[in-house]
Amino acid sequence: MASGQQWVLVEMVQAFYEAPAYHLILEGILILWIIRLLFSKTYKLHETYKLTEKEKEDLIEEWQPEPLVPPVSKDHPSLNYDVVSGPPRHKIIINGKECINFASFNFLGLLDNDRVKEKALASLKKYGVGTCGPRGFYGTFDVHLELESRLAKFMKTEEAIIYSYGFATIASAIPAYSKRGDIIFVDEAACFSIQKGLQASRSFIKYFKHNDMEDLERLLKEQELEDQKNPRKARVTRKFIVVEGLYINTADICPLPELVKLKYKYKVRIFLEESMSFGVLGEHGRGVTEHFGVNIDDIDLISSNMENAVASIGGFCCGRSFVIDHQRLSGQGYCFSASLPPMLASAAIEALNIMEEDPGIFTDLKEKCKHVHKALQGIPGLKLVGEPFAPALHLQLEKSSGSRDSDMQLLRTIVDSCLERQVALTLARYLEKEERFLPPPSIRVVVTVEQTEEDMEKAVHCIKEAASAALK
Amino acid sequence: MTESPATKPANGDVCQRVKNGLKPERNGLLKSLHRCHERQSKHHCHPEEEEVHAASHHDSLYSRPFIESFEETPMLVAVLTYMGYGILTIFGYLRDFLRHWKIERCHIAREKEEQKDFVPLYQDFENFYTRNLYMRIRDNWNRPICSVPGAKVDLMERASHDYNWTFEYTGRVVRDVINLGSYNYLGFAENFGPCADSAAEVTIKYGVGVASTRQEIGNLDRHEDMEKLVAKFLGVESAMAFGMGFATNSMNIPALTGKGCLILSDELNHASLVLGARLSGSTIRVFKHNNMQSLEKLLREAIVHGQPRTHRPWKKILIVVEGIYSMEGSIVRLPEVIALKKRYRAYLYLDEAHSIGALGPRGRGVVDYFGLDPRDVDVMMGTFTKSFGAAGGYIAGKRELIEYLRSHSHSAVYATSMSPPVVEQIITSMKCIMGEDGTTIGCDRVRQLAENTVYFRKRLREMGFIIYGNEDSPVVPMMLYMPAKIGAFGREMLKRDIGVVVVGFPATPIIESRARFCISAAHTKEMLDRALSVISEVGDLLQLKYSRHRIQPSMARPFDDNMYEDIDD
Repeated sequence: MASGQQWVLVEMVQAFYEAPAYHLILEGILILWIIRLLFSKTYKLHETYKLTEKEKEDLIEEWQPEPLVPPVSKDHPSLNYDVVSGPPRHKIIINGKECINFASFNFLGLLDNDRVKEKALASLKKYGVGTCGPRGFYGTFDVHLELESRLAKFMKTEEAIIYSYGFATIASAIPAYSKRGDIIFVDEAACFSIQKGLQASRSFIKYFKHNDMEDLERLLKEQELEDQKNPRKARVTRKFIVVEGLYINTADICPLPELVKLKYKYKVRIFLEESMSFGVLGEHGRGVTEHFGVNIDDIDLISSNMENAVASIGGFCCGRSFVIDHQRLSGQGYCFSASLPPMLASAAIEALNIMEEDPGIFTDLKEKCKHVHKALQGIPGLKLVGEPFAPALHLQLEKSSGSRDSDMQLLRTIVDSCLERQVALTLARYLEKEERFLPPPSIRVVVTVEQTEEDMEKAVHCIKEAASAALK
Repeated sequence: MTESPATKPANGDVCQRVKNGLKPERNGLLKSLHRCHERQSKHHCHPEEEEVHAASHHDSLYSRPFIESFEETPMLVAVLTYMGYGILTIFGYLRDFLRHWKIERCHIAREKEEQKDFVPLYQDFENFYTRNLYMRIRDNWNRPICSVPGAKVDLMERASHDYNWTFEYTGRVVRDVINLGSYNYLGFAENFGPCADSAAEVTIKYGVGVASTRQEIGNLDRHEDMEKLVAKFLGVESAMAFGMGFATNSMNIPALTGKGCLILSDELNHASLVLGARLSGSTIRVFKHNNMQSLEKLLREAIVHGQPRTHRPWKKILIVVEGIYSMEGSIVRLPEVIALKKRYRAYLYLDEAHSIGALGPRGRGVVDYFGLDPRDVDVMMGTFTKSFGAAGGYIAGKRELIEYLRSHSHSAVYATSMSPPVVEQIITSMKCIMGEDGTTIGCDRVRQLAENTVYFRKRLREMGFIIYGNEDSPVVPMMLYMPAKIGAFGREMLKRDIGVVVVGFPATPIIESRARFCISAAHTKEMLDRALSVISEVGDLLQLKYSRHRIQPSMARPFDDNMYEDIDD
């Protein structure tokens, strides 16, 4: 074997001698080339991606941001506000013209009530205006505690919590309970502050068709199936239904008894937003629960603002202590915001007093709502949207004129010509790009107890004439 | 042109002042700014560049000494604090165990019987902290008051017979407690005087509600008057006001930025700014508190690399900072932020919730404090709750910005507009600060607040407490560290008729529990002296004088920078 190897070696040497010179030179060059490749610096892929300082500077130099805000055209429909001079009461002065107010949500006329004003004034004399702190840090006043207990008593719940801003109430309450991974079932017509609350909660949102209980049940069933597939996850996934009592966007009422049935059937909690129905519906103004005779304990959380019927500022949530108390540490709008000015709380307390003393005010309002609802039927070109007992109705165009802008323009001319004849109405305003389901354009008609039969006749007459002039 | 001789010493100057025994990472400075400008200038040599260059170096960046300190936590204290939390947690588990087996009575509100089989509304661990730690010292918060939240305040006495689970009001009133808790910086929380009088008049004329939104039919003439005044006060083109300070942030940031935009947010920004940034759908990146290196690094990276995954350039970058940080007592390094913002073409959102009225020789906030041009701040935000003794917030800036907000702000479209008496309080108090009421009351108060602040901070420091934040900030956090001392300090102070705010986790990092004093122009020297002697007494009792940079009381010595050379090392 050793001799065999030696033979091969001898043969190689022989071949080497016999090979032509050019061949050897070529092989020599190739060998050198291999050695060079072996010892040359390795080729780094990412090095070419890495930017030099100069390139970075160039990039920074090159970058042009968009303007902070896009320009708004001077004739943007929502840029120039109508100016109200003087108090926004029953007789309101808009753009210098005195009108009958059919636009403020002052359902019970408490905004201009002398008793309320006096109490607010007394409170101002005692506490000053501002609170200079959040509830936790010396911003809790005795009137806040009083208002909370009064609201709880009024609503017949265990506890109530007040917020200093109506919009922030439900928007803070929802994310206090519903977190990432939880599921919220929401009506499509839910108002904007609910939408913001949903967004802040970062939960899964499932929209059901407006007031369509079958659609809701379908979603709940789907979820039930899903839960059966993954029971471990289902044990920690909280589920909520969020609805409004009277929908501000559609002026109709939620089918609460059916919702409660679904709640117990599918073990979902109900949050109810009552800004339009608190102090309006029910024999004592307690809202939708009283209207339907639903036990208020079956609703996990009720929230409402105190800016409509109560005619003050702020909002509240009420329900069982087990639920409500949690917000005192977890409701962002409660913890991190300055508390409600005490004079506004005092005004709200006095408003509650008036509501408790005279429940006739709610029947009166209901009668007026019915009256207006009936009178506004059958205006050519306009359709009335809303329940007969809803105090804030919508007049929509029967037939769209083509685009949203031109519809708005058309409705605006009706509103303007009513303003000319001393009837104050307003367009329902929305952020068109932000709304999840944008309601059709409409004129808002708000009924209050201060409006007399005459006022209502006049308003209806004006609307009819303006509509027929505009919609020819 | 390429060499700027003034740069180096200037840079070093500011650096040294803030370095005195502090946590270095909290005081990042603009190191590379000069380098960048030098390079920029090399490329295209315009005369204007020269100006930018000159304006951006530190001597002219800071018109006054910027002294901010965050003394390090002593090691022993840190260890003991962690031990304290450890013991509390062990006891917490023990008591949860006892409650579970019904050995200890359970005070927690229960779920309704019919809903016992629902998915629990709260996870058990969620409330562990509340149940076992917060509940022990709950009496230090939500103390109800029954008077003006002025320099002195009346508290409703309350007692708890079940270890703070429930409170009972005894019906007695603790009178004349010195108030170091309310954000009443300029003392406008008053129930008499011109502000209260005109608010009263408006209450009678207008009532308290509005019952409509700005865009519908709730735009009162007084609202427009106030907004004009706010714009004039701040020295900007236009302003818009909103009913709640918290909502001003959380409802307007989403109107300004959206998908494809980047928000650079200070790590200690208020919850409302965080919420607003989140609701906007923009990408959020957080830089270290008041750390300009961290901010610049993020800015450079953002512009160079663009959006994650798609690598498209960002549509715009918004830097969000606060004027005074309410838990830290620090003042934003505004001149540097503005230099960075200009250099990188970002936009600046400045939240002056605590600083408006409380800072600056004219009370115009942090912009005034540094002597800067308000036009350099793209979005000026602030609240009326604090210095003006009212409620609500504002956004101010260029006309285009406000016009856009008037048509696109969530608040303008969906939220009820501000209560008329509150608006009136803002108008009168603001006019007073501007001196438009023909008096010097406002001016005097601004000056008084600055004096009180300097005096109070200096005395506390001399006593040996660890005080955080800027020398000129009326928010004075004093470190307590240990969880047991949070409750003890609050209670001992109240026993001696001083109302203070104490804060612990989660509002602060876990070991940095603190007491926070808010100085007011309404505090007299006697009140401050009394408060200080009580703080010193309680501080001795609870061994709170942690500072290792002892200084001798030096009443006669002028308050100047030299003092800080002494405490160094």
